Amino acid sequence: MKRKDILGIKDLNKTELNEILTVADGMRNMLDRGERSTELRNRNVATLFYENSTRTRNSFELAAKNLGATTTSLSVATSSVQKGESLIDTGKTLDALGTDVMIIRHPVAGAPRLLADNVTASVLNAGDGINEHPSQALLDVLTAKRRFGGLAGLKVVIVGDIYHSRVARSDTLCFTRLGATVTLCGPCSLLPDGIESMGATVEPDLRKAVVGANIVMPLRIQRERMEGAFLPSVEEYHNYYGVTDEIVSLADDAAIVMHPAPINRGAEITGDVADGYKSVIQEQVKNGVAVRMALLSLLVQCRINK
Amino acid sequence: MILLKNATVVNADGMRESDVLIDGDRIVKVEKNISEPLATTLDCDGKLVFPGFIDMHCHLRDPGQTHKETLETGMRAAVAGGYSAVCCMPNTEPAIDNAPLCEYIVTRSKALGGARIYPIGSITRGRAGKDLAEFGAMQSSGAVAVSDDGAPVDSGAVMLNALRYAKTFDIPVISHSEDRSLSGDGVVNAGENATVSGLRGIPRTAESAGIARDVLLAEESGARLHIAHVSTKESVDIIRSAKHRGAKITCETCPHYIAATDDEILSYNTNAKINPPLRTQADVDALIQGIVDGTIDVIATDHAPHSRDEKNKEFDYAPFGTVGLETAFSVAYTYLVATESIKPTDLCRLMSTAPARILGIEGGAIKAGARADITVVDPDAEYTVDASTFRSKSKNSLFDGWRLKGRITEVFIGGEEFPL
Repeated sequence: MKRKDILGIKDLNKTELNEILTVADGMRNMLDRGERSTELRNRNVATLFYENSTRTRNSFELAAKNLGATTTSLSVATSSVQKGESLIDTGKTLDALGTDVMIIRHPVAGAPRLLADNVTASVLNAGDGINEHPSQALLDVLTAKRRFGGLAGLKVVIVGDIYHSRVARSDTLCFTRLGATVTLCGPCSLLPDGIESMGATVEPDLRKAVVGANIVMPLRIQRERMEGAFLPSVEEYHNYYGVTDEIVSLADDAAIVMHPAPINRGAEITGDVADGYKSVIQEQVKNGVAVRMALLSLLVQCRINK
Repeated sequence: MILLKNATVVNADGMRESDVLIDGDRIVKVEKNISEPLATTLDCDGKLVFPGFIDMHCHLRDPGQTHKETLETGMRAAVAGGYSAVCCMPNTEPAIDNAPLCEYIVTRSKALGGARIYPIGSITRGRAGKDLAEFGAMQSSGAVAVSDDGAPVDSGAVMLNALRYAKTFDIPVISHSEDRSLSGDGVVNAGENATVSGLRGIPRTAESAGIARDVLLAEESGARLHIAHVSTKESVDIIRSAKHRGAKITCETCPHYIAATDDEILSYNTNAKINPPLRTQADVDALIQGIVDGTIDVIATDHAPHSRDEKNKEFDYAPFGTVGLETAFSVAYTYLVATESIKPTDLCRLMSTAPARILGIEGGAIKAGARADITVVDPDAEYTVDASTFRSKSKNSLFDGWRLKGRITEVFIGGEEFPL
């Protein structure tokens, strides 16, 4: 791979995706052996989070530390950003401090690209608005690949608030680029126009959508959606789109259940399914660290080879 | 005296080979083979000679936002774009919602010379959509229209009364029609490209439903309504059918809506963040059809200068708008005339004759006795836009780096040639 930044699955071709997955698989095996590496010794990784997220940030920081990097963390609530500093100025400051990789999460789509265009450090997108969340897509794909051996011919059903989901967008691009099919399911008020152009098929009826699915992935449903008149109630949402044992029974016998977490038990997924034997949610968390180690490792190698 | 030799004179009603003689601030003769030994002669062989362009819709940011533009820099940008007159929108700080501010624009414009600047007063005080501004006083202080541009008048009742009140003074109401409950916090055209880029969409109905309301209110009131920056197919259809019913409605579109689609936002280029947003190719086609069949009366710039720091931001945080004064003619020429959708005479109507008629101001024709506001263009010259060379204080041009055809070579305003 030859890239300064990883901003989205959109930019990555099949070869690059496979290279990342191969490295990530190796990282996962290393972690399973209880080993660490010093590959990123003397490298500085900064996390720059303009949206709250403990899970993703911890996962990235752990990934950096597992490779021996030092980490700096800048959160909006406690930084100069509160004093009105622009994203570009913050980026330039981190650049001057000798940062090798900046990991950014931001509520505005395209913000990681703006940062990348204005800093010499490598930029890794940890989620931008409702655009992309590439490391999540890669960890989902790695989880699927390790379970099923390959992705060709797999049927993935993503159910929920597709409109507001960067995970749905990145997963759709990533799974389809590697040969799987993706069906997006949700009430029509939460299905964005033209999403088919990203390679997915759309089916608003969950009972139809899950037939033959190998992977069922409910998305977190947010309470704000009731206020925006997207949905009438969590109860109605659960009745039509909640992933229950009954729904899972309609999928392939060997189907697994993924969730990008954090989960809302009783809303988009029942506790029984989340804790059931088909759930691979904890496996996703482990693969998340491995994928992020792979991304950091590859980006730093690109910097060395440049 | 100045003599334009061997020109192709373009008026809305026809094109002809002719010489043009200027004496003082007036055109004195438009005929073949004028011989005037005392005149300074300009050979216009191969050139098109238009009446100076008139922009019904620009933002000059003065007073209050002079880091973006001033009356002076805006005027110079206008001249460079071939405009002899421009109308500045009242979304300044404070808003141009009273007679003294209109007087400020007129007085300052006269002192600057060059392209004339006409103020557009606001519809409501502070552009807040609630209480009417003093149309009568503003009109006697030089306002040629009223508009709350940048913001729609949300209340239908206020808009209806504003239209009725405007009828008293026969002053046109320029409407930025938009249903803000539909546009919400959207930043780009809702649709495939919004979905793919993860940028929040503004449904097309935010514009077309707003226009439908305002058109019906105009018909009810009998007032003169001019619809600003039409960008969707449905809007064109609504206006076309209203005109067929005999409504006193005119409308404009802007160069960017006929030259670009929302593909421009896929790279998160904030200069492509414009309100109304850039639409789809089907809309571009419908707008061109509307121009061809006369539904669309005017091409206005909606010149919206913003500083580099304001635009070099996260997409959602960057302000809407692109500068346009210095590229409008070439963009329109490239995408309408060079493509043979319309003739130069049509472009003359769209950029000069119709705005003069709608606003009731001087200009719009090259004829003996008219003010010598003349823009000479080389229709065959091609060039690459370099925003860094703009006279405008702001360089936020969607067209930076674009290759365009049709270049302005000379500009005369009131008989005086201005350097480009």
